[in-house]
Amino acid sequence: MNLSQALEIATCTDPGMVRSHNEDSVAADASIGVAVLADGMGGYNAGEVASGMATTVLTTELQHLLASGEAPGMNGDGARERAESILRGEIAKANASIFQAAQSEPQYAGMGTTLVVALFYDNRVTIAHIGDSRVYRLRGDDLTQITKDHSLLQEQIDSGMITPEQARFSQNKNLVTRALGIDPTVDPEIREYETRPGDLWLLCSDGLNDMVTDEDIGMTLAALSSNLKLAAQQLVQMANDNGGRDNVSVVLVRVVRDYAAPRGLLARLFGWLKH
Amino acid sequence: MAKLILSMDGLVLKEIPVSKERMTIGRKPHNDIQIDNLAVSGEHAVIVTILNDSFLEDLGSTNGTLVNGQPIKKHFLQHNDVVELGKYKLKYMNEQAHLNKGAPQDFERTMVLRPGAAPRTEGARPASESQQMRTPGASQPMGVSQPSPALSESQALRAAAAPAAPAAAASQPMGISQQVSMSQPIGASQGVATGRPVQPAAIQILTGANAGRELDLVKPLTTLGKPGVQVAVITRRPQGYFITHVEGATFPVLNGKTLDAQAHALADHDVLELAGVKMEFFLKG
Repeated sequence: MNLSQALEIATCTDPGMVRSHNEDSVAADASIGVAVLADGMGGYNAGEVASGMATTVLTTELQHLLASGEAPGMNGDGARERAESILRGEIAKANASIFQAAQSEPQYAGMGTTLVVALFYDNRVTIAHIGDSRVYRLRGDDLTQITKDHSLLQEQIDSGMITPEQARFSQNKNLVTRALGIDPTVDPEIREYETRPGDLWLLCSDGLNDMVTDEDIGMTLAALSSNLKLAAQQLVQMANDNGGRDNVSVVLVRVVRDYAAPRGLLARLFGWLKH
Repeated sequence: MAKLILSMDGLVLKEIPVSKERMTIGRKPHNDIQIDNLAVSGEHAVIVTILNDSFLEDLGSTNGTLVNGQPIKKHFLQHNDVVELGKYKLKYMNEQAHLNKGAPQDFERTMVLRPGAAPRTEGARPASESQQMRTPGASQPMGVSQPSPALSESQALRAAAAPAAPAAAASQPMGISQQVSMSQPIGASQGVATGRPVQPAAIQILTGANAGRELDLVKPLTTLGKPGVQVAVITRRPQGYFITHVEGATFPVLNGKTLDAQAHALADHDVLELAGVKMEFFLKG
């Protein structure tokens, strides 16, 4: 099912005001309902290599899988399991590629990347994430943080040692507890959510949420939701105006309309009878 | 490494590096920082440090602990905080915070924290000390989401992604704190929410039903116009105010000239026309 009529996507990525190069990487394909964002780490250009490999492997593999019709059953009750197993499989592939490159090329030793992937289907989205890149959802005027960082700071917050307010002043930022490509295997956190027409889903690297408060992110998205490209650029600009201390990347996905997957005749009949 | 400067009546007595995860302060001799004064309780307070962050907790002392003049039970220490115990003062200095301002790019790299595996060399600590990574008052192990067997190793948290200095980081458990850092507190660098030093400005409606009304541009962005017809946004930036077209077939008109899709800087007394309404931008104060 081609989702390009149902989803509108805008991306923006920028090195920021301090760093000389951009280790973030973004990719999206509205027709198959995929958005990917990765924030790489490692010396020299290894961070870019890791995040670039992550987004490329995931989008091309998913394009191949979803466009060739090898992934049937993305509707009904089995869709969640199906989406989860697809993402788990493709993330494992990306992890293996990065890990292997890091093992075989000395200049890539130790490279890794965070990852967020959103896969949209049948009025739903399955989100997989690793590390401290985030997904937010704007529904109406409410901005909700969907993912929970895999970071030292988040663990400190969870254990009650530090409050979310104090966390802003922590000097232990930027320590992630999970990353793609640093171990032979990786454990992504994968969850499914329903989507509604009008929803705005935001994928971002920590260069955004470290520099711009959630309140300002929500206000910007709500004010500029009619111009997605401008909204994406505005978020990046705000991060830069506030210091731009890290690379900053955003992917915005707007649910333009309903995109329920076509169901079998029987299911449609049951659905019709229930109404 | 952070340090504490102990003083009394303005006289510096001692400089104490914050070298342990858990440093106790009190009158009794077994404390890491002993202050032999009757106003100080036997076990008065403790400072728990996790990488670059230090937390001060009063241990139920008789006379209490003040930070910057305020009594505290538990406090997240910031550079230049002054801790008072009786007549004694402890000034908390975090050099990291200082150094970092000069060379942020070297300190803000995202890094991976993994428990286990790292060699325990000169920094190897007694296993009992791993207990001290625990949160004061919380029973959960700090920092690492691994079950307890890994915890004793968690001291040697290692940076997986620091090819520049992997050896250094590994051989020196706290070496990671040199790499990692701290972005400036968001509140400080972030004028957006709190008001950066940008001159205040406003829009006055010149024509239409709302003529004469004034709209202060206090938010980082203010949208103008009619949704679905024509909308523009004024953004408040460190460099000043800018107008950008958001939606609609017609673009805003600035001083009689139609704008394009790019952002345009606004100057004092510029006249804007949007969705058939004229308005004037002006700086205040």
